[in-house]
Amino acid sequence: MAMLNMVQAINNALDLLMAEDRNVVLLGEDIGKDGGVFRVTDGLIEKYSKDRVIDTPLAESSIIGASIGMAIAGLKPIPEIQFAGFMYLGYSQIVNHAARYRSRTRSNVTLPMVIRTPVSGGVKTLEHHSESPEAEYSHVGGLVVVEPSTPYDAKGLLTSAVHGKDPVLFLEPTKLYRLFKQEVPEEMFEVPIGKANVLREGDDLTIITYGTMVNVVEKALEKKPGVSAEVVDLRTINPLDEETIVESSRKTGKVMIVHEAPLSFGVGAEVSAIISEKAIYEIDAPIMRVTSPSLPYPMPGYENYYIPNEKKVLEAIDELLKM
Amino acid sequence: MLKDAFSATIKYMQIMDENGNIDQQLMPHDLDEKRLVEFYKMMNLARNLDAKALSLQRQGKLATYAPLVGEEATQIGSAMAMGEKDFAVPSFRQHGVYIARGLTLEQFFVYWRGYEEGASIDKKLNMTPVIVPVSTQMPHAAGIAFAKKYMKEDSAVVAYVGDGGTSEGDFYEAINFAGVFKVPLVVIIENNGWAISMPRSEQTAAATLAQKAIAAGIDSIQVDGNDVLAVYKATKDAIKSAKEGKPYVIECLTYRLGMHTTSDDPAKYREDAEVEAWKKRDPILRLGNYLRQKGLWDDSMESSMMDEQLRSIDQALEKAEQFKPNPDSIFENVYSFMSEALEEQMKNADYSNYWQ
Repeated sequence: MAMLNMVQAINNALDLLMAEDRNVVLLGEDIGKDGGVFRVTDGLIEKYSKDRVIDTPLAESSIIGASIGMAIAGLKPIPEIQFAGFMYLGYSQIVNHAARYRSRTRSNVTLPMVIRTPVSGGVKTLEHHSESPEAEYSHVGGLVVVEPSTPYDAKGLLTSAVHGKDPVLFLEPTKLYRLFKQEVPEEMFEVPIGKANVLREGDDLTIITYGTMVNVVEKALEKKPGVSAEVVDLRTINPLDEETIVESSRKTGKVMIVHEAPLSFGVGAEVSAIISEKAIYEIDAPIMRVTSPSLPYPMPGYENYYIPNEKKVLEAIDELLKM
Repeated sequence: MLKDAFSATIKYMQIMDENGNIDQQLMPHDLDEKRLVEFYKMMNLARNLDAKALSLQRQGKLATYAPLVGEEATQIGSAMAMGEKDFAVPSFRQHGVYIARGLTLEQFFVYWRGYEEGASIDKKLNMTPVIVPVSTQMPHAAGIAFAKKYMKEDSAVVAYVGDGGTSEGDFYEAINFAGVFKVPLVVIIENNGWAISMPRSEQTAAATLAQKAIAAGIDSIQVDGNDVLAVYKATKDAIKSAKEGKPYVIECLTYRLGMHTTSDDPAKYREDAEVEAWKKRDPILRLGNYLRQKGLWDDSMESSMMDEQLRSIDQALEKAEQFKPNPDSIFENVYSFMSEALEEQMKNADYSNYWQ
């Protein structure tokens, strides 16, 4: 075991995956010599050469599109898009091709590739560096969307993603990159995709969350020792772990969904619809959503008015428990 | 049969060499002594403002910042060649262009302290706000130029993109659009040698960036981007050409003396020796030496200029620091109307819940 932060855990996963399979290649802007703007790929070019850790020209559409071509031809590309806000320049390739190749060819051509990109805010940076676009990509169909909240899950989920057969969007919350360290096994291991993690069991209410908000929810609950909350970290956004969501909702009867992405048409809406469809008679309060407002992500001066925080979660818990 | 289907050459222009010698044949006639001093002062103001912003960021008083140091001649030379009716479309490093075209220093600070109010630019100044996703402003520039032509306005659009930005599809699409519709567009490629960690030599196999214009069927030139006179003349000529229906690309060879942004550490990927070599080609020193040789500038003028500029920067900062953000503004500026969903969210937003 080693104590690793999320950057180190992802770096370690990439290292093991590249050692295991020489068809695994990394490509992206500044990922080689610079080691990535967050240093996630630090040291890998020295170890695996510039043939496998490829500094690309500044062009997102070709990073994604060329990765699709590499996957068609038998490589396992792991493209990095420097920030999720810049991924829209490759959006056509993701939505029109990465998501559709398998269904287009009736599974004749599949695209095992993992697109890594930092997401979410709270780190006081410029426009387009803080978006939480998981719902947009999940809505398309054909893309697996994963978002770890811990170093351990980051390593295990990335390993599963690269071992899998589907195009995966691997969303890495910037805020969590260096927020804390955790014991992570040194050898390769997998955390299954499509399985949520019940972080703590409880009876009073269920809090369904993921990404940056897992930490916020945990911190809030530390201030509520009397509340028996069940916390579900989704880990995979698409496909959702419906079984865990529904079971926990039935058990506590009160559900709150917490995410950083905007409220409307988001993951919370989907989770809420699933609970409504499968467990509405077994819950005894309206499903509550604690999220950012339905707005574009603001500039850093306003971001603290935008992202949900502990205090907001605490108030929502009080409100839900009163119902 | 095999014959040449097409051939083209790219010219390189320098008017003032590194020792301050002038190529008199190329010297723009409209530049009198007063104007040269004005260029010098504006280039210094850009650098002084930049240094202040960098130090504020290091003190945690500014968000991430992209310094311009070293690129003053490209920015000021091109901005000074534009008329009031011409329209600037900068990217995210063109602070010199903004201030040369009249953006207040206070507003510069409001923007880089992290508030949209800094991006709400007086429409009379004819320029778009900072655009961060690389090259995505380029098609806008082509569209603005289309509208200027459509409305028969005597106006050209000058758009800025970096060396890395010329790899993006949006760059090619914009110049192709401009060529097809013969719109009054001038593209300034601010080639500062580095796209974060990627040197120009690895960004493209093309020998020059100016030659990318050839594929779009439009004219182009490469200039010494640290020679404010060459940048000025090239831009002035290009604006004239663009208004006559011939869009233009100008590649300015300059150098990013600083980091990509304050989040970047260039020591990781480039040699100090390269930076030191470019420091000797400093665009401000070059013009300053020339002005001194001509007897147009001296130490006392230098020190009073510096005092005055630093004072006005401090005053602007003081005002910018008094700016009070209005949290409701994030809800009120999303649509032309207030949706039910947003109205409810705004009503329920309790800003005291936040830590600011």
